[in-house]
Amino acid sequence: MEDLRLVNVTKKFDNFIAVDSIDLEIKQGEFFSFLGPSGCGKTTLLRMIAGFEIPTEGNIFIGDTDISKLPPYKRPVNTIFQNYSLFPHISIYDNIAFGLKVKKVHKSEIKDRVQQMLKLVKMEAHKSKFPNQLSGGQKQRIAIARALINEPKVLLLDEPLAALDLKLRQHMLIELMNIHDAVGITFLYVTHDQSEALNIADRLAIMNKGSFAQVGMPDDVYERPETIFAAYFIGDTNLIEGRVVEIHDEFATVVCHTDSEHEIEIDTTYHRQPVLDEVITLSLRPEKIAISRRPPKRKDDFNILQGVIEDILYGGTHTQYIVKVGAHFLRVFQQHKKVYIDELSLDWEEHVYLYWHDTDTHIIFETDKNKVNSENIMKTIRRK
Amino acid sequence: MTYQSNIKRFFDGFNIVIFTLILLFLYIPILILIIYSFNDSKIISGWSGFTFKYYKILWENENLKNAFLNSLLVASISTIISTTIGLITALGLENRYFKAKKFIQGIIFLPLVMPDILMGISIAMLFSFLRFPMGRMTVIIAHITFCVSYTIIVIQSRLKGFDHTLQEAAMDLGANKTKFFWKVKFPIILPGILAAALLAFTLSLDDFIITFFSTGRGFNTLPIYVESAIRRGSVTTINALSTIMILLTLFITIISKPIRKMII
Ligand SMILES: Nc1ncnc2c1ncn2[C@@H]1O[C@H](COP(=O)(O)OP(=O)(O)OP(=O)(O)O)[C@@H](O)[C@H]1O
Ligand SMILES: [Mg+2]
Repeated sequence: MEDLRLVNVTKKFDNFIAVDSIDLEIKQGEFFSFLGPSGCGKTTLLRMIAGFEIPTEGNIFIGDTDISKLPPYKRPVNTIFQNYSLFPHISIYDNIAFGLKVKKVHKSEIKDRVQQMLKLVKMEAHKSKFPNQLSGGQKQRIAIARALINEPKVLLLDEPLAALDLKLRQHMLIELMNIHDAVGITFLYVTHDQSEALNIADRLAIMNKGSFAQVGMPDDVYERPETIFAAYFIGDTNLIEGRVVEIHDEFATVVCHTDSEHEIEIDTTYHRQPVLDEVITLSLRPEKIAISRRPPKRKDDFNILQGVIEDILYGGTHTQYIVKVGAHFLRVFQQHKKVYIDELSLDWEEHVYLYWHDTDTHIIFETDKNKVNSENIMKTIRRK
Repeated sequence: MTYQSNIKRFFDGFNIVIFTLILLFLYIPILILIIYSFNDSKIISGWSGFTFKYYKILWENENLKNAFLNSLLVASISTIISTTIGLITALGLENRYFKAKKFIQGIIFLPLVMPDILMGISIAMLFSFLRFPMGRMTVIIAHITFCVSYTIIVIQSRLKGFDHTLQEAAMDLGANKTKFFWKVKFPIILPGILAAALLAFTLSLDDFIITFFSTGRGFNTLPIYVESAIRRGSVTTINALSTIMILLTLFITIISKPIRKMII
C-alpha cells in the first residue's frame, strides 16, 4: 500500500513555528481534509507534502519512500492551486497535456489520456479554448484534469473552491467526490469551511496553531470533540464548566456553579470515565436542546432546566434562542417545522423549559481557560 | 438636459479639431518631404515636374549603399546582443534577495535621462584612452551600450506581470527549472522580448550623435552619411532617401504584429 505518512513534521520560519511536530497516517484512496482557522499552518503543511517547502524537522513518506527532500518535480503528488494557475499561453488541451509532454510520453498516448481526462471533468467541448475564455468553475475542472492526468499517488487541494459562489461550490463539491470515487487517488483537501470538510471528507484533522486539535471521522469530531478548540471550531456549542459529583455505570452527574446563588445539575454519558470531583467542561450542541413553555412528558434520561429567553435571532433554517439559566447563557436552535411546534411562537422574556437527552451532553477533559464560549455568547446578545 | 448635451457636443467638436490639427502638424512635413522627393528641381521651391531622378541617383551611389548596409549590420548585431543582455539582466533583477538591486536599477535608468552628447563624448574618450581603433567595432559596442538600458526596461515591464505561481504549477507537473523556463516563462514573456528588440533596432538605426562620436574615418552609417551629404548641399536626394527610410520603418511596424502573433 502507498499510504502517506507524516512523522514529526515541523516547519519553522525564523523563530515562528508554523507547523509543530505533526504525526499522521493517511490511507491510500482516502479523502482527508485539513480544517482550521486562517494562519494555522494548513497551506504550509500542504506545501511541504508538495515539495515547495522543506520540513525543518521530520519526514514525509509515501509507501516506504522518504520524499521529504525531493524537489516538487520528482514527487508523485500533484497540487490544485487556489487561483488555478493554468498556463495562459497554451490551449486547454495543451494545459492538460503539459505533465505528460514534459515526461516525453508518446503523442498518441497523450491524446488518449487527455481525451479521457476531458471526459472525466466534462470539458470535452472546450479543449481548444484558452484559459482566459473559461469561467472560474471551468478553470477549476481543467486544473483538476491537468493534475490527475499524471496519475499522482496523492492529490493536494488548497481551498480549491474558495473563489466560487455558494451554489457552484456545492455543485463542485459533489463533482469532486465523484471524481475521487472514479480515480481512487488519495485526496488531501484544505479548507477553512467546516461544512465543506464535514460533507466531503472520510476523515479530517482540525488544526490549531500548527498542531492537530483532533483527527477523526466527521461525525466523531462533531459529536465527540476531544478539545475545547475542536468543539468550538466546528459548529456551535454551549460549553459549561462543572465538577463531577456522582458517577454511575452509564452516566455521571455534574454540578455547574454559575455564581454563589445558582447551581445547576446536569447528567451526562461518558466515553472515558471521569474521576470524582474532577473539573471538566460539558459541550452541548444548541440543536440538541428542545425548548418549550411546557415541561416534557417523558422525564427519564432527560436533563430539564428552566430559564428565561434573553434574545431571539431568526436564521432561516433555524431560530437561535439565547436562554438565561441561572447565570449561564445557553444557545438553543429550533427548526421551524409546523409538525413539531404545537404552540404559539416564543417571545422575549418568556419562561421556558430546556430539555435534552443525557447522551447529547459530552464531556471534554479540559477547562475553558480563555472563556471563548461565554465571551462569544455575550457578543451575540443585542444590547437593549 | 439639452444645455448639457450642447456643451458635450461643443467639446466633442473641439476635440476633433484639436486632434486633426495635431495630426496635420505631425504629418504634413513628412508628406511634403515625400512629395518633394519626386520634384524635378534642384532647390526646394516650387513644383517643376515629376521625376524618379533622385531615386536613380541614390541607387547608383555606392557610398550610400555602403552606409545603408553598415546601418543594417550595426542595428542587427547590436539588437541581438543588447536584447540578450537585457533579457538576462531583467531575469537576474527579479531576484528579491539581490542586495544591489536598487543601485543597479538606478544605473540602468541613467542613460535614458543622460543627454546623448554626454554619452557619445564619454564613449569616445574611453576608446581613445584605451587606444582602441575607432570604426565598425566601436560603433557596435556604443550602440549595444545605449540600447541595453531600453531592452532591460521593456523586458522588465513584461516580467512584472508574470504570475510566479506558474513556476510552482509547472514544477508540480514535473518540469524542472530549465523546462519551466523554455516551456512556460519564455513563451509568455516573448512579446516583451520582441518589443525590446524592435525598439533597439530602430534606436540603433537612426542614432546619429553617439555614432558620430564613436566611429572612425571610413565607417559611415546612414544617418552619418546623410548628415555629411546635407552639409555638402545635396538636399534633394536626401528627400528621396528619407522617403525610403519612412517606408522601411512603416514596413517594420506593420510586419511586427503578425510576426509576434505567429511566434506565440
Ligand atoms: N514563507 C513564509 N515566511 C514566513 N512566515 C510564513 C511563510 N509562510 C507562511 N508563514 C506563516 O506561517 C503561518 C501559517 O501560514 P499558512 O499559510 O500555512 O496558514 P493557513 O492555515 O494556510 O491560513 P489560510 O487559511 O489563511 O490560508 C502564518 O502565520 C504565516 O504568516
Ligand atoms: Mg492557506
